[in-house]
Amino acid sequence: MSAGQDWTTRTAAELADALAAGEVTSVELTQAHLDRIAAVDGSAIEGVHAFLHVDAEGALAAARASDERRAAGSPATFLDGVPIAVKDVLTTEGMPTTCGSRILEGWVPPYDATVVARLRAAGLPILGKTNMDEFAMGSSTEHSAYGPTRNPWDLERVPGGSGGGSAAAVAAYEAPLALGTDTGGSIRQPGAVTGTVGVKPTYGGVSRYGLVAMANSLDQVGPVTRTVLDAALLHELVGGHDPRDSTSVDQPLPDLVGAARKGATGDLSGLRVGVVTELQGEGYQAGVQARFTESLDLLVAAGAEVVEVSCPQFVHALAAYYVLMPSEASSNLAKFDAMRYGLRVLPEGVPDPSAEEVMRATRDAGFGDEVKRRIILGTYALSSGYYDAYYGQAQKVRTLISRDFEAAFAQVDVLVSPTSPTTAFRLGEKLDDPLAMYLNDLATIPANLAGVPGISVPAGLAEEDGLPVGFQVLAPALADDRLYRVGAALEAALHARWGGPLTPPELPAGLDRREGASA
Amino acid sequence: MPEIPGANGPDGQVAITREEVAHLADLARIDLSDAELDHLAPQLAVIVESVASISGVAGDDVPATSHPLPVTNVFREDVVVPGLTAAQALAAAPASEQQRFSVPRILGDEQ
Repeated sequence: MSAGQDWTTRTAAELADALAAGEVTSVELTQAHLDRIAAVDGSAIEGVHAFLHVDAEGALAAARASDERRAAGSPATFLDGVPIAVKDVLTTEGMPTTCGSRILEGWVPPYDATVVARLRAAGLPILGKTNMDEFAMGSSTEHSAYGPTRNPWDLERVPGGSGGGSAAAVAAYEAPLALGTDTGGSIRQPGAVTGTVGVKPTYGGVSRYGLVAMANSLDQVGPVTRTVLDAALLHELVGGHDPRDSTSVDQPLPDLVGAARKGATGDLSGLRVGVVTELQGEGYQAGVQARFTESLDLLVAAGAEVVEVSCPQFVHALAAYYVLMPSEASSNLAKFDAMRYGLRVLPEGVPDPSAEEVMRATRDAGFGDEVKRRIILGTYALSSGYYDAYYGQAQKVRTLISRDFEAAFAQVDVLVSPTSPTTAFRLGEKLDDPLAMYLNDLATIPANLAGVPGISVPAGLAEEDGLPVGFQVLAPALADDRLYRVGAALEAALHARWGGPLTPPELPAGLDRREGASA
Repeated sequence: MPEIPGANGPDGQVAITREEVAHLADLARIDLSDAELDHLAPQLAVIVESVASISGVAGDDVPATSHPLPVTNVFREDVVVPGLTAAQALAAAPASEQQRFSVPRILGDEQ
């Protein structure tokens, strides 16, 4: 193994330590990851295809600046110089931001999202922008207008979605860290099916300024990493109050890194864990259920008390979500009107078309099928005569789901379930069956509806297909530290059992890397 | 809120028809082709039928939740901060003219 490959398999915390010890420079680390991307990422046609845009020049310039700070004895943060990938739904000044959509092809935002600005200020070189389902609508990354991302565990399978690019980049050692966004599971479900760690923080815990919104009352930015400690480090770096986001929580984050370190000692005595009755059993793959049960046993061995808790309204979460989310999305996407930025398409055969005709033609040409489905669904749910029956009713169901969480957290400290009902499915398998696709988020959606935080931790491989399974932990709002304590304890126990972290198979290297190849 | 003539609610038998989908696409300003309508309408009917399962789940006594962690009256200090310059704001415009967004005509012939 070359020195370059060696650095790419380290965790972010290990890389930060190596930088601090002077064993490596940020330029070397950044170049090693750029080399790895060049070797395995490929294009829409072959390879992992986790990146929509790679900014080698910008990343190396940031790395040089980081090395200079360190040489002067003043690194900006612990992670200064550790490279990162960013989901293409977060605005990056001077770097394209497409949201996986044709309607934003070539758009270069004039400002940074707050989380991106915090990454830059903290000294993390940004490797590039990662692939995603168009406007984060999907569970497989196949709805990207630029072609799918492939799962590093099996290139014929999906990496989950919508943040499949961030998860696959981290799983394939193309980046040690990434940012994702989670509206109904888009960080946690890709984490589960790619064997990576994904965290959806408490609603309002991380700024959304500069996040191209899908559903404002559900969206949340969070870390995508290979270890629980790395997730805590990144979460602390980007989290906390932002005056530019009026929904951001104006209070300090709990000690997340401390919780991860404490959890890694393996002692969970006194912790009460609730297994959600409604998030297991029918519809959950046998190998997923088996790994979940095994992880539960490890929590018990670590001293936790495990009980079963019923959340009876969770069975309505998926339906309520698929009313609320499209309603908000249809309103949000009205801004893509072909007037101020993005695509403008002139209708064929119409002399001197009006602004409205241009708008209609542009939205038809610029949006993919799933985006159109959700805009139409949202327009329907918000229509006169149906508003109360759909949108109003879904908002009430949301209250009932929050009450279920409140009752459960009165009995236990955390709730647990499998993250995703199945392991990664094959590319194309559910692409044209929206309802089957939506079922992937069955276990992740309740947390978004109630605004509580959740983590997915790799729990091993399913026996029947050898693919990764995720273990989900949910905590009360603002108690994100519990995710890290429990996640780190489980991770430590599993790594001890496996003799180290999960490692995906060798990937084909030496691919032809091209950007923007058509789907 | 726009009216949808002839649509069936959650209590009706037909979830959503092709004509209704065409009307909704029109309201959403998306020019769907006939082929797209043929493809999307049956899928939307299945989805609408599925989400209609929430009807009757919560009674009148249950309040609605619009936001998981409600916050009210969020203010910031009234200080001037730099915004985008005209050049930055117009940099991504499909067309611009004299420091303004240039758009197709907004009035019809009869207006």
